[in-house]
Parts: sequence; structure tokens; C-alpha cells
Amino acid sequence: MKNLIPELVILLGSFSFLIIGVFAKNLNKIINYFIPVLLGILILFIYFNFSSSLTLFGNSYSIDPLSNFMKILVLISVLFTFLISNFYLERTNINQFEYPIILLLATLGMFVMISANNLIVFYLGLELQSLCLYILAAINTKSLKSSEAGIKYFVLGSLSSGLLLYGCSLVYGFTGSVDYTEIAKVAIGESGGLKFGLVFILCGIAFKIAAVPFHMWAPDVYEGSPTSVTTFFTVAPKVAAIAALIKFLNFPYGNFISEWKTIIIVLSIASMFLGAVAAIGQTNLKRLMAYSSITHVGFILAGIAIATPQALSAVLIYLVIYVFMKLGVFACIMSLNRNGVYFENISDLSGLSKHHPVISLCLTILTFSLAGIPPLAGFFAKFYIFLSIIEQKIYYLAVIGLLSAVVAAFYYLRIIKVIYFDPAKESYNKDIGYGLKFSIGVSTLLILFYFIDPSTLNLIVDNITKNIK
Amino acid sequence: MSFPILSFLTFFPLVGVIFILLRKGSIEVVERSAKNIAVLVSLVNFFVSCYLWSKFNPTTPGFQFVEESKWIANFATYKMGVDGISIFLVILTTFISPICIFAAINSLKKRTKEFLIAILVMQTFMVGVFCALDLFLFFLFFEGGLIPMFLIIGIWGGERRVYSALKFFLYTFLGSIFLLIAIIAVYWNMNTLDIVKLLNTKIPENLQTWLWLGFFISLAIKLPMWPFHTWLPDAHVEAPTPGSVILATILLKISGYGFIRFSLGLFPIASHYFANFIFVLSIIGIIYASLVALMQTDMKKLIAYSSVAHMGYVTIGIFSFTKQGMDGAIFQMISHGLISASLFLCVGVLYDRVHSRLIKDYSGLVNSMPRFAFMFVAASLANVGLPGTSGFIGEFLVLIGTFKVNYIVTIFAASGVILSAAYSLWLCKRVVFGQFKVNNSDEKLKDLDFTEIAILFILMFITILLGIYPNIILEPISSSVDLVVKNITAIK
Repeated sequence: MKNLIPELVILLGSFSFLIIGVFAKNLNKIINYFIPVLLGILILFIYFNFSSSLTLFGNSYSIDPLSNFMKILVLISVLFTFLISNFYLERTNINQFEYPIILLLATLGMFVMISANNLIVFYLGLELQSLCLYILAAINTKSLKSSEAGIKYFVLGSLSSGLLLYGCSLVYGFTGSVDYTEIAKVAIGESGGLKFGLVFILCGIAFKIAAVPFHMWAPDVYEGSPTSVTTFFTVAPKVAAIAALIKFLNFPYGNFISEWKTIIIVLSIASMFLGAVAAIGQTNLKRLMAYSSITHVGFILAGIAIATPQALSAVLIYLVIYVFMKLGVFACIMSLNRNGVYFENISDLSGLSKHHPVISLCLTILTFSLAGIPPLAGFFAKFYIFLSIIEQKIYYLAVIGLLSAVVAAFYYLRIIKVIYFDPAKESYNKDIGYGLKFSIGVSTLLILFYFIDPSTLNLIVDNITKNIK
Repeated sequence: MSFPILSFLTFFPLVGVIFILLRKGSIEVVERSAKNIAVLVSLVNFFVSCYLWSKFNPTTPGFQFVEESKWIANFATYKMGVDGISIFLVILTTFISPICIFAAINSLKKRTKEFLIAILVMQTFMVGVFCALDLFLFFLFFEGGLIPMFLIIGIWGGERRVYSALKFFLYTFLGSIFLLIAIIAVYWNMNTLDIVKLLNTKIPENLQTWLWLGFFISLAIKLPMWPFHTWLPDAHVEAPTPGSVILATILLKISGYGFIRFSLGLFPIASHYFANFIFVLSIIGIIYASLVALMQTDMKKLIAYSSVAHMGYVTIGIFSFTKQGMDGAIFQMISHGLISASLFLCVGVLYDRVHSRLIKDYSGLVNSMPRFAFMFVAASLANVGLPGTSGFIGEFLVLIGTFKVNYIVTIFAASGVILSAAYSLWLCKRVVFGQFKVNNSDEKLKDLDFTEIAILFILMFITILLGIYPNIILEPISSSVDLVVKNITAIK
């Protein structure tokens, strides 16, 4: 039971905050400061129980190093989201007390998704997470765009959940079990029904990670949601869904590798390419970041498709670096605040370097890293992926991936161009709050100095991935 | 364990950057201390590299001052070292950096502090490129240099700076992608990226061709070789003077170094196979770029095209696989670094005063700026390859080397010498001599001040010194070049 403590703490915590929120509204502020501390403790807790490996509830819920790793990543994303939210929510008057509670419940959903060892548990986790995300997208009730984002996300999200559920039922129908281990025993050799189920489930997951061609919702939802929520969307749900995807493909469907490999490669190429090309025309930073995440998901999918232990290590490293890059960039975007009005167009960055040299420098480093320029961490992330692709001699995937990286570099450079080369605009508020400063600082330093010691992270993830399969 | 002198040379500029960033206070104080720190750091680095030279043993062909430590588990090591081929490129880098810093302090009007930071970061990457003895480390430095150069062109450049900066960045980034794929392929086939180990093992023949092409695309873009040269004139024209100097003196030399070290060293069979291909491209490059240079109206563009032409000699010399050719190529790289630096600085002097780079805006400068005229004509003559200047030695050795192999190549390449005389002398005639006129007015211009004189004089002095006594360079590189030539000719 000890290993379930993080889940239980989050669950009980969110319920008690709900009660406190209803009866003592003035305690909200304290809760907002208390939650990051709680999350920090949970990270440490999981870290100290990192190597524990067991299954619970009749083999339906598994806790292993892979899930612990992903949970820590999700917790880091949530922690940073809280840190950068407080100031933002005050300024934009979105101070619903439900906000932290829903965030915590979404985290719980992700935890369940990550640890699921059973199709039903997986679906439950996914739905818990998704429902929370729909509400979060629409949490700014005063903004029409936010409500629109919520509705859009909800309609398309339920459709994809439907597909996923249909896939699950097909798998159940053809194997007679929802348990991953049982499915793996039955799923050997040719089976049309299982392949059908696989395709539907992949569609559902591809929607959650916004892989092309299931990405349509992402730019609109990212743009419409409050920026703090968008930050959360770009990192945490993707980590969870990718964890679930890795597990799903490698455990129950481990024997179907040649079938799903092709599907994932197609998804990957489409995402890398469309994400890079479609971002060129964007003017809104949040939309641009949506397309940028689509490209990054494409790279991650390429690693998942290769599916060697090395490729999976590369995927995990990519996720870590991706999370910090995105958190940093969004923290920079959220610092563009002039007297309570938040700016989110690329043109609003114009000449930022004149009045805000530090933020500009950090944003530049993070953007170069997103583009994958050495010696920044983003380069290493891509590099490990390509290392494993070329090991398998799938050269066309490597070439397409790298070409799309060049196209993507163009729009990243455009951001830097606007920051440094364009005429300066009016200064933004200098006081951006400690949470933002901390997030920007930590993520930039990690990205900048990653190259000094890449081995530590390598060792950790290698230990995790050697046990997969 | 001796003092890690190469790591010091590489990373000491970054220490300077940290000090510049930490300095707080009013803008004047920060700018002044930034200037002091940058000058100090770059001079220290230069003297340390001179010490390196004095300790360098010219009789051993292998790598010296080797440092090695663990870096990325079982994949890449942190390994640095220099041999005869790279040591002078390191010294050239540490020598040009203080010159660029002085030029920047003298001529830049805005954001000097940021510019100095960019130059120091650039220096780190460029010294690192020449010292790296691990392919992955090499790639890191090779690519990392893009960031400061992009910012240098984009922030401090001329009118079309954004276009040029983006073109420069995307063009080289595209090229390096093939380099990256080739490096990864080397790793999976040889299980190591250690250059020393790779130089001593034979890479399978069928792989060599593809890997060679991967390296070639990237290096040819960076050199730049015809037809991949189109980014260079744009980048040169728009970059601020110190930026152009770095670009011409150091960035272009990485490729020459890469061809010798990697194309010849790692893929000798493929190098033989592609040698004629390189000759053809280089000859087209020399003649085409020279003809285009003749027709330029912009001085910087003219010098940029002349750089393309001169780099053609470097590739011809390298792929002649003779000792003279290789010596000439290395000599030409260093000599071109010095000469193009002085030419760009001369143009920079004019641009600071008149804000025009167009040839037609100037005439008869000798009447108003005699000291400038002297320096400019001297640099132009060195660019032509006048005997007694270093330009002559480089081109002459290259031509001797290629004559042994293929005299048709020599004939075409030698015609480039005539063309270079044509455009350089014609440029001098139009700008320096004749009736004095600047921008259609007779207003006198200020002649060179002390810093400008000092910088140009030092450059010119070394150019002539090397022209008279080339053994300063040819002797130390000799044994390393012998080894490269021996390895490559052993294949045939």
C-alpha cells in the first residue's frame, strides 16, 4: 500500500481542498502556496521509492521504474504549472478555487493512466484526465475563446475516447481479457480483430498527444485556453499518454511490432513534417507552440516506433528535455504582461531584448534548444533519437526528421529575430513574480548546462528501459 | 597530469563572458569593464596559444597536448589535442579574436557589451573545433558557432541583415544535418568516435563513399564551394566589420581543416574517387567567383567573392594529395585569413566614415587618406598573391602540387591568379587613385587613427613576414602533413 501513497495523497488532498474551498474561501491563497510544497514532497517520495516494482489490485495496476519516472515528470510539470499560475490567475481574475483541485484530479488521472496494466483502468485514467482538461480549457468563464476551446476540446476529445473504447472492446472481444498480461499471451500470430483494435486504440492515443492527423484541436485549444492551462496541456498529458503508449505497444502488443511500427512511423513523419510547415504562418505564440509540440511529438513517436531499448531511452530523455524546454518557454510567454493585460503574439516580442535582456536571453536559449542547436539540451534529445533510428538503418526516417528540423529552425529563428533584430516596443511589467522567475531560471540553466553531464540521465533511463520487453 | 592547456584556451573566453555578465552598475561602467575584460581575456588567450606553439614539438606527426576524460557514457569522450595541421589554425583564431575585439570597440556604436560576449563565445567554439579529437565534440563546436554568428549578423548587420542571417543559419544548418547523419553512421559501424582511433582503422570501402558525401555537403557549404557559396556574399556584406573578419578568417577555415582531417584521413578511398569532382568544382569556383568579383559594385561583396575563389585553391591543394599541395593549402588558409581580415578592416574603416560600401562612392582616397591608401593597396597586392607576401607562397605551392598530378587543373587554377589581379587592382584603381571624391563631395576624410593603423600594421607585417620566410609555418606542419600524405598515397 505504501507505493500508492502519491495517488492517495493527491486524491484526498483534492477532496479536502474542495471542502475547504467551499467553506473557507479566504484560505485559497494558502492552498495555492501549500500545493507546490506537497507536490515537491511527492516527487521526493517517488524518487526514494524509485526502483520498487510490483502490481496491485489483481494485476491491474503496476508500479515500476518506468511509471515512477513518468510520474515524476508529470509531477514536475504540475509543480511548475502551479508556480507560474498563481501570479497569472491573480492578474487575469481567474481565481476560481476549483482550479488547483481540477489540476490535481487531472494529475491523478495521469497517474492512473501511467500505471494502468489493464484496458479498463487505462480508460478510466484517461477519462478522468480528459474531463479535467476539458474543464481547465474553459476555466476562464469570462472569455469567449476559452469556452470555445473547452467545447471544441470536449467534442473532439469524446469522439476520440469513443474510438479508443471501441478499440478496447474489440481487443476484449478477440482475446477475452482486458488484462495486459493475458492479452499478450493470446495475441500471437495473425488476428484481424486484434489489429483493428490496435488501430482504434492508437487513434485515441494519437488524439491525446496531438499527433497528425489527429492534431486539429491542438492549435485552437492551446490558443483559447488561459496560458497557464496551455502550459499544462503541452507537457503533462503528453507525458502520461506517451507512457501509456509505450506500455501498451510493448506489453500486450509486443508480438505485433511489425504491424504497429509502420503506423507509428507514418504518424511520426506526418507530425514532424506538418508541425514544422504549418507553424511557419502562425502569428500567435501559443498556436506556434502548439505546432512546435506537434513536431516534437513526431520525434518522440519516431523513437517509439524503433522500440529498441536504446530508442526508448532516447524517448525518455527527449521527454525530460521537452518538458523543461516547454515549461521555460511558456514561463517566458507569461511574463509578457503590461498592467494586467497578457500579450501572446509573436509581434509582441518585438525588441524585447532592449528592456528585458535576461528574459530575452533565456527565451533565446530555450528557442535555440527547441530548434535543436548544439550544445543545448534540445540537440541531445534529437540526437539520441536519430542515433537509434540510424542504428536500425531506417535512413529515410532520419533524413525526413532532420529536414523537418531545418524547416522548424526557420520559425524558431523568426522568434529570435523578432526579439533581437526588431525595433523595441514599450516595456512590459518588470515584476513578474518569483514563480515565473524560478521556472525560467531553472529550465534555462538545465537546458544550457545539460551538455556538461549527460551521462547521469542516460544511466537512469537505461536502467529503466532495459527491463522493457 | 599536466595543465590542460587546450581546454583552457577553449573555455577561458567563457569565463570572461561570465565576468562581463556579472558586472552590475550604470551602462557606461558595464560597457567599459566589458571592454577591458574582453581585451584582457583575448590577449591572455593569445599569449597562452603562443606558449603552446613554443612547447609544440614539430618533429612528431601525431597529436600533442592530448587531454582525455569521460563524457557521455560509452559514446563520446571529451578528447582534445593538436597536431601540425590544427595548431596554426588555433593560433590564427586566438590572434584574430583580439583584433576583432579592438575593431569592435573602435567602430561599434550600439550594444558593444553584447557584441563582445558574442565574439568571446564564438572564440570558444572556434578554438574547440580545431582542438576536438572526438567527432561528436567536433560537431558540437562546429554547430554551436552558428548561434553567436547568427546573432552577430542579425543584430549588428546592415539593412538586409535579417535575410542574410537567416540564410546563413539555415544553409549551414541544412548542411550539418548530413554531417550529423554521417557521424552517427560512423559510430554504428566503427563503434567509436575517437578521431585518433578512427584515423588508425580502415572504414569499409562501400561505406566510405556515402560517409564522404555526408561530410562533403556540410564542409562544402561552410567552405563555401561553388555552387554552395551563395550565403557567403550576403552574410559578408551584411555582417558588421568584426563579424566579417571572423567569418572570413576562421569560419571558412573549419572546412579546409575538416577536409584534411576527415575526408582525407577517414575516407581515403572515397577521397581518391572524388578528387576529380573536387577539382572541377574548385576550378569552376575559382573562375566563376573571380569573374563575378570583377563585376561587383559593393566592396565587401567583391572581397567575399574573392574569398570563394581563394578557398578554391585550398580544396585543389588538399585533393592533389601531394606534400606541396597540402602545405600550400594550409598556408593559403592562414594567409587568406590575414589578408581578408585586413581587407575587411579597410572597408570597415571607410564604412565607419562614409556609411557606404559602394565602389562608385569613392575615388582618389590617396589624396585625403594616404596612410589608409598604403594599407589598402598593400592588402590588395597581397590578395593578388604578389611575391613577397604570404598570398604568393600559398598559391604557388598549391599550383606546384597540382602540376605533379594534373597540369590541366593547374592551367585553369593559374588563370584565377590573373583574374584576382584584375579585380583587386581595378578595385584599387577606382577607390584609391584618381580625382578625390567621396559621395560626390570634396570634403576631406579623417585618416586612420592609432588603433586602426596598429591593427592593419600588425596584419600586414605578418603577411609580409610569412611571404619572406614561410618556414615559420611550413616547418612545424611538415611532419603532420607528411603523415597525411603518406596515408593517402598508400591507398593508391
